[in-house]
Amino acid sequence: MSQPIFTLQDINFEADQKKILQHISFTVKQGELVTITGPSGSGKSTLLKIIATLLSETSGKILFHDKDINQYEPTEYRKLVSYCFQTPSLFGDTVQDNLSFPYEIRHKEFDQKRAIHLLERVGLDASYLDKSIHDISGGEKQRVALIRNLLFETDVLLLDEVTSALDHENSQIIRDLIFQLNQEENITVLWVTHNPDEFKEGTHQIKMVEGQIQEEYHE
Amino acid sequence: MNSLNISNTSLIFASVLIVIALLIDYKEKLGLGKDIFIAAIRTVVQLFVIGYVLSYIFKLDNILVTLFMVLFIIVNAAINAAKRTGGIDKAFSISLIAIGVGTAVSLIVLFVSGALEWTPSQIVPITGMIASNAMTAVGVGYRSMNASFKDQRQQVLEKLALGADIKQATAPIIRHSIKSAMAPSIDRAKTVGLVSLPGMMSGLMFAGIEPTTAIRYQIVVMFMLIATTGFSTMIASYLAYKSYFNDRKQLLD
Repeated sequence: MSQPIFTLQDINFEADQKKILQHISFTVKQGELVTITGPSGSGKSTLLKIIATLLSETSGKILFHDKDINQYEPTEYRKLVSYCFQTPSLFGDTVQDNLSFPYEIRHKEFDQKRAIHLLERVGLDASYLDKSIHDISGGEKQRVALIRNLLFETDVLLLDEVTSALDHENSQIIRDLIFQLNQEENITVLWVTHNPDEFKEGTHQIKMVEGQIQEEYHE
Repeated sequence: MNSLNISNTSLIFASVLIVIALLIDYKEKLGLGKDIFIAAIRTVVQLFVIGYVLSYIFKLDNILVTLFMVLFIIVNAAINAAKRTGGIDKAFSISLIAIGVGTAVSLIVLFVSGALEWTPSQIVPITGMIASNAMTAVGVGYRSMNASFKDQRQQVLEKLALGADIKQATAPIIRHSIKSAMAPSIDRAKTVGLVSLPGMMSGLMFAGIEPTTAIRYQIVVMFMLIATTGFSTMIASYLAYKSYFNDRKQLLD
């Protein structure tokens, strides 16, 4: 039996005196593929940002490997629990500027071989390293943004509607990579999605409505 | 022209220039009449007061009084720069440190190089020149930083999400802020003598100093301004960027 990687205990979040999340509690086990769905404004993205420590809960507690996430040094925690945005913004000038950034922040030399290997896994070749971020499509940007989170080993991937703005082909490439990472590399995935087909793929499914969990299903 | 005495009658006649400005305001319906009038009155009052104060301080030649005047200029510059921060925490303290250190370093270098003597008639005007430029530069730096944090909010969030420290996530914004603040000083240095004859040099020539001597002072001033704007803005930027984050290294709204 896998150990719990996350335990969420009665998470509440308020902003501008509005209750965005109410009494959210669930457990995520190592290696699970958790899919989270719900209408717009149901608090899915906020929940993911709280788990990523980009926002702080108003009350409640989240344990990561049985330790309160607020006791981790934020930068170290975020290297283990990697958040990927819905509409990512690439920075710098080239694709390489983005892929070398995770190395810069760890004060390590850029591993070009690893970057090319990951580019190829999402259907892009080595020539993309030198491409300007303004010369690549939205789907290619999303793929680059996703592998930017994967250059170093990560325990958890938090995916915020990463395929929602993509065409069928690009969505499929991203989906295939997510399944591979989850099944072959045992990376725990929390995936917010509006797509019913993607939602069904979860081994642990959560439906949210108005900031609360409406339904939860474990495989 | 070495006669440097403007009589009261000459001053009154010169105020015709303000009347011209008021006429333009009236004709074009600019609605600036009150502002022009107040500005003219303030110019006269403030400069007369400072003229008599400086005259007294120069005659007194007391180290403590001179230092007090230096401090007074720096504190006022910091108060003004802090008004342009757009909500940065501890804006006054940050501006005071930035402008104070920038000014002090420039003054020390000028003393050590022998370009400046410890007399109130040199210390006070030079401090005013340095501090006012540092004030403007620090203000430009703050504005640039505010704008960049708005424009590049998503990029900063992405970097934080990748595990970057707040300094790593903000490095391009800090760089841009320092560059924006230094640009006017650098541009001024590039065009000096071609487009403008700056105040220091013009003032000395007005007082009858040979242009070849006056330019030496101006060269020192230009170098001093480039260094001070760079140094002050660097300090201000590195102290200010942290106030955009909380202690959990989250970007504030």
